[in-house]
Amino acid sequence: MNRIFATKAGSNVYRLRIPWRPLSNDAAPLLSSQNAGNPEKESEAKQYDIAIVGGGMVGLALACSLASRPLTRHLNVAIIDSNPALGRKHFIKKEDLPDPRVSTITPATISFFKDIGAWQFVEQHRHAYFDKMQVWDYTGLSYAKYNARDADKEVLGCVVENKVLLSSLLSRVQETDLPKKIYPSRLNSMSILPNSSSSEVDSTLSMTALFTHGRLAKLELEDGNSLYAKLVVGADGGKSRVRELAGFRTTGWNYSQNAIICTVEHDVENHCAWQRFLPSGPLALLPIGDKFSNIVWTMSPKESSEFKSITEDNFLKAVNRALDYGYGPHPTPSILGSSDLFSWLKGGISKSANDCFEIPPKVIKLASERMAFPLSLRHANDYASKRVALIGDAAHTVHPLAGQGVNLGFGDASTLSSVISEGIAVGADIGEVSLLKKYEADRKPANVMMMAVLDGFQKAYSVDFGPLNILRAAAFHGAHHISPLKKSIISYASGETRLPLFA
Amino acid sequence: MASSMFLAQRRWFLSLPRNLSNARFFSALPSEHPVSVSGPQNNVGPESNKFEKASSAPSSLKEPELAKWDSEGPFKPLHKMNPTRLAFLRSTLCRHFRKDPLSARPFEGLRFIDVGCGGGILSEPLARMGATVTGIDAIEKNIKIARLHANLDPTTSTIEYCCTTAEKLVEEQRKFDAVIALEVIEHVADAAEFCKSLSALTAHEGATVVSTINRSMRSYATAIVAAEYLLQWLPKGTHQWSSFLTPEELTMILKRAGVDVKEMAGFVYNPLTGRWSLSDDISVNFIAYGTKEK
Repeated sequence: MNRIFATKAGSNVYRLRIPWRPLSNDAAPLLSSQNAGNPEKESEAKQYDIAIVGGGMVGLALACSLASRPLTRHLNVAIIDSNPALGRKHFIKKEDLPDPRVSTITPATISFFKDIGAWQFVEQHRHAYFDKMQVWDYTGLSYAKYNARDADKEVLGCVVENKVLLSSLLSRVQETDLPKKIYPSRLNSMSILPNSSSSEVDSTLSMTALFTHGRLAKLELEDGNSLYAKLVVGADGGKSRVRELAGFRTTGWNYSQNAIICTVEHDVENHCAWQRFLPSGPLALLPIGDKFSNIVWTMSPKESSEFKSITEDNFLKAVNRALDYGYGPHPTPSILGSSDLFSWLKGGISKSANDCFEIPPKVIKLASERMAFPLSLRHANDYASKRVALIGDAAHTVHPLAGQGVNLGFGDASTLSSVISEGIAVGADIGEVSLLKKYEADRKPANVMMMAVLDGFQKAYSVDFGPLNILRAAAFHGAHHISPLKKSIISYASGETRLPLFA
Repeated sequence: MASSMFLAQRRWFLSLPRNLSNARFFSALPSEHPVSVSGPQNNVGPESNKFEKASSAPSSLKEPELAKWDSEGPFKPLHKMNPTRLAFLRSTLCRHFRKDPLSARPFEGLRFIDVGCGGGILSEPLARMGATVTGIDAIEKNIKIARLHANLDPTTSTIEYCCTTAEKLVEEQRKFDAVIALEVIEHVADAAEFCKSLSALTAHEGATVVSTINRSMRSYATAIVAAEYLLQWLPKGTHQWSSFLTPEELTMILKRAGVDVKEMAGFVYNPLTGRWSLSDDISVNFIAYGTKEK
């Protein structure tokens, strides 16, 4: 499993992915002579315990989580991200219109944020809790309404703009006394050598020597800086450079769908999350607060470029139509029988089972530009190898239809920091594969399960076929009326249980 | 060249009686030479010379030494068990020395000795936890491997490794705050004498920790039949079932040596998850923590 990774073109000694063999004595003097020629560069490079490549929401969440644990709060952390916002304080103004890039935060993530001390910062900015959800499709055969009270909770989730999450995590990390340094640059190359022992007994403990013997990873940045780290965490998103450099293989496919996102305004407050499955993809309307809502409309790439370019008025009309009478009728309860049919399965009164179908509030104004991006599913075959671990979108990207993506990433950050803490408790080297594999063994099954569920939904809803439509409607109906099922769906979507239905 | 050396070592090993192992395999390291049996002792001479010759050529040193520290290699079961042993040590010793269990280096300022340290797989984590560690082993090759590996990390390069025995250190009147002898006592000839040495090395108000394998039907089935023959985790003949100690016997000989056993725990292996965990089940592997009475 020990591999040799690609390095900058200038260094010719090591090549990509050759089978592991013990370093012979020939290589060591060659390397030391190379470095002997650059004494200044060597003194510039610094050593860190953990280098987090990618200072996005998930990367910063990992840093906050490490800062909040007693065993890891002394670790030296480097954060590598070229985003200039990380160098600024308070880059959000209260009067800003909501940014269309938002995330739906599950209750499990909210409690994670509270644990790491970042939620207090989120509450200072715009955020919207919602406790109701209505899901239906274009066939008009059925609908399902979820209420947080069905599962004895207060909220189903909270919708927060990504820039608010980022700034809250950044504020929290700046406030803690975790030894950290932000490198405003991009990762150029990374190398990790296989383990070997020094043949001298009194070896020097210079960083170069440690790197040569596989004890440290060496990172080179685009601005010329280099640094060494015991563990490199790839939190750099769906097109992760760390994942590419470390040679992780991925499985996945592109959905032939794009998503259009934008912010819209209503003339009434909206506290419910609405999602309607249309023939070419779901349309979701999520409350952001202050009478604003966020739209995520999934459709084919051709339609998405069309909708992006039509006038604002026409776009708003199309949205209202899609949420209301367009594509198919409203669902009425009488089509598949009333709730009495399932009364014997109810197992308790589901409060929202008697809620009628509602039409979402009308959209009156467009409050931001429309953005479109392609959707895909991607999953790294492994999350960890020697001295490297992947978290967040670098490890997995999913369909946005259930708002789960970033929540899986926060789950990764939380688990990785707890695994690192356990490793320090037993005096382990934090870059050891056996320790990092524990993180993978914990997160992979949960992530794969969620991806399978979401992918299943995506496939089930992209086919317009009579019997399948009826099946889907029956599923809606069942979820709406059978309260143990509804409870377990809400629990799973809230991030409280790891497996649906088997809790 | 390296592989032929390796093969030569294997064949040689099979012809030897137990105990005198090939230092490749950690658990067969006696920290004491068996005093009563003179035959095997003589064999140590030429065999260890062979080792010296082997170790002088750097390339042939690499393979067996790296195998010891390769957590996916032949020592995988030991690497898997290590975190569990360390968790027990951390919890009992933090309590004993009244140190903060949430500190990253709770054993700062304490002197520990790892008797029968092998390649240093226990010594290094203890050093990372802040202890001043001395590791001893009767086999020179193990000490060499341990030193080379420990030098690669600034936190572990301070470990003092000596090729010596517990008795010799007692003669030198060395004292340690905690004396730790894991998976060693089942390989010594006289367990009672060994415990007396461990006790003599323990300082006033210090701690002694011993781990071994129980002598029970279950341990015969798991540690001998399964581990040596079926799963081949250990070479055949590594352990002699009759020389295992029951927890009661161990408690008694420690008591006679002046160490009061305060806590005992077992290690249980879950074949489905491949993980070891601490439990109350002391029927196979168990560990005992005791304090020096006066």
